[in-house]
Amino acid sequence: MVTTRSVFDILGPVMIGPSSSHTAGAVRLGFLARAILGRQPDAAAITLHGSFASTGRGHGTDLAIVAGLLGMRPDDHEIVRAFEHAEEAGMSVRITTGDLGDVHANTALLTLRSGDATVEIQGSSVGGGEVLVTRIGRFEAYADGRMPLLIVEHTDLPGEIASVTRIISGSEANIAQMRVSRTRKGAEALMLIETDTPLSAGALAEIEALPGVMRLRAVPAV
Amino acid sequence: MAHTTFVELLEAAHEHGSLGSAALAQEIAETGDEAGAIRGRMAGHLAVMREAVELGMTGTARSRSGLVGGDAARIGAAAGGPLDGTASRAIAAAVAVAEVNASMGRVVAAPTGGASGVLPGVLLTLAAERGLDDDAVVDALLAAGAIGAVIATRTNLSGAAAGCQAEIGAAAAMAAGAATELLGGSPEQAGHAASLALQGLLGLVCDPVGGLVEVPCVARNATGTAVALSAIQMALAGVRFAIPFDQVAEALASVGRALPVSLRETAMGGLAATPAARELVSGGADPATGISGR
Repeated sequence: MVTTRSVFDILGPVMIGPSSSHTAGAVRLGFLARAILGRQPDAAAITLHGSFASTGRGHGTDLAIVAGLLGMRPDDHEIVRAFEHAEEAGMSVRITTGDLGDVHANTALLTLRSGDATVEIQGSSVGGGEVLVTRIGRFEAYADGRMPLLIVEHTDLPGEIASVTRIISGSEANIAQMRVSRTRKGAEALMLIETDTPLSAGALAEIEALPGVMRLRAVPAV
Repeated sequence: MAHTTFVELLEAAHEHGSLGSAALAQEIAETGDEAGAIRGRMAGHLAVMREAVELGMTGTARSRSGLVGGDAARIGAAAGGPLDGTASRAIAAAVAVAEVNASMGRVVAAPTGGASGVLPGVLLTLAAERGLDDDAVVDALLAAGAIGAVIATRTNLSGAAAGCQAEIGAAAAMAAGAATELLGGSPEQAGHAASLALQGLLGLVCDPVGGLVEVPCVARNATGTAVALSAIQMALAGVRFAIPFDQVAEALASVGRALPVSLRETAMGGLAATPAARELVSGGADPATGISGR
């Protein structure tokens, strides 16, 4: 039970029904995946797991995730026409159900293609419209979209993390939370850094220019 | 944070004049937002509720599975039942919003999507009957939020956590308390109304057919509205409920913990496990919905 509550946590959100977890949260999950990708995907293959798989169609979970990928918010009346909008926007959509293993009951795996690049983003709708992205590509993640997020794909070199945090502190942004993971020692690694305020373009360019940094994604709060 | 006990909320209501004013003062203290901004945001919620009632009453809303739709218009058009105009209209409005929710229309979760019909059903109908303006309804919605927060301190307001009592039950308590104040009752009377509503729905299980927010969820919005209306009627007449609201809310949490998982939104028990429900839901036709022939 959460004791810190606004009346708007009780009355709200304004949402397209029927379910805050299976519909509103699913829109948000699609929206967050789009933000992580940094653009609208050209193609999306969506695998629904667990309760998403068994009751997803009746709850409009499929429409909701596609709507989020198209940049719609949970209260958008057009969610119900998301497939038509996807077609108009040239985004191909394929929806299947499957077992994603020992994960939250409301989980989806989004395989998003943009140009030649494909990235898998897995996330869950964890209740009340809140979501959690738990995997980005091969890396474990923990992104809820509530704060600006910096995703740094880099080579696992000594001092790499310190270099990045030094640039962030120099830009006067404050790190709220940070996670690091790697495939194996000395190989590809991932930093997930949540900051209280978005990073400046200058700081982002500096990080991108660091030796060992392969890709940088700056995801705004959604 | 919002007031965590009704006793605290009552003290604040005495200081500020009403439950609604106390809730507003607390929201200002918590968020730093100005009163006008908070009231404006709540007025936006009110507008969404009103649109949902209007859309639902047209009878055009149909759920994706086809299991629900059209009942609000049916209730609205009928005459000769046992309830007078106000109660009948409140029930129709509650069903209208629940049908809009089930058909992927826009609602305010109050406190959830599945229970989104009760507050508009009760508050908008009574305000219209009595000619009360939107400012008064905004106050009532603030009061409703504060009452809901007292329950939410003890259990998550979701069928998965504590059964339907934590959705429709909470909504009925919020609506009963808020509407009692809206109609001129004291904060104490509002507390009795909230208790009277919640006691009637304690133990209500969450047993959605096919796991969908349709059957019995839409009908339960009517149930919650009727229970709230009877609680308001009693509280305004001076009826007091013997167990204080904080303890009724505690009982809800305790009953919720005792509910087996089959009765907490898993579609494995209650109405969801009946032969008729199993007939409506088939594993064969469409694996994505489980709904056949619709």
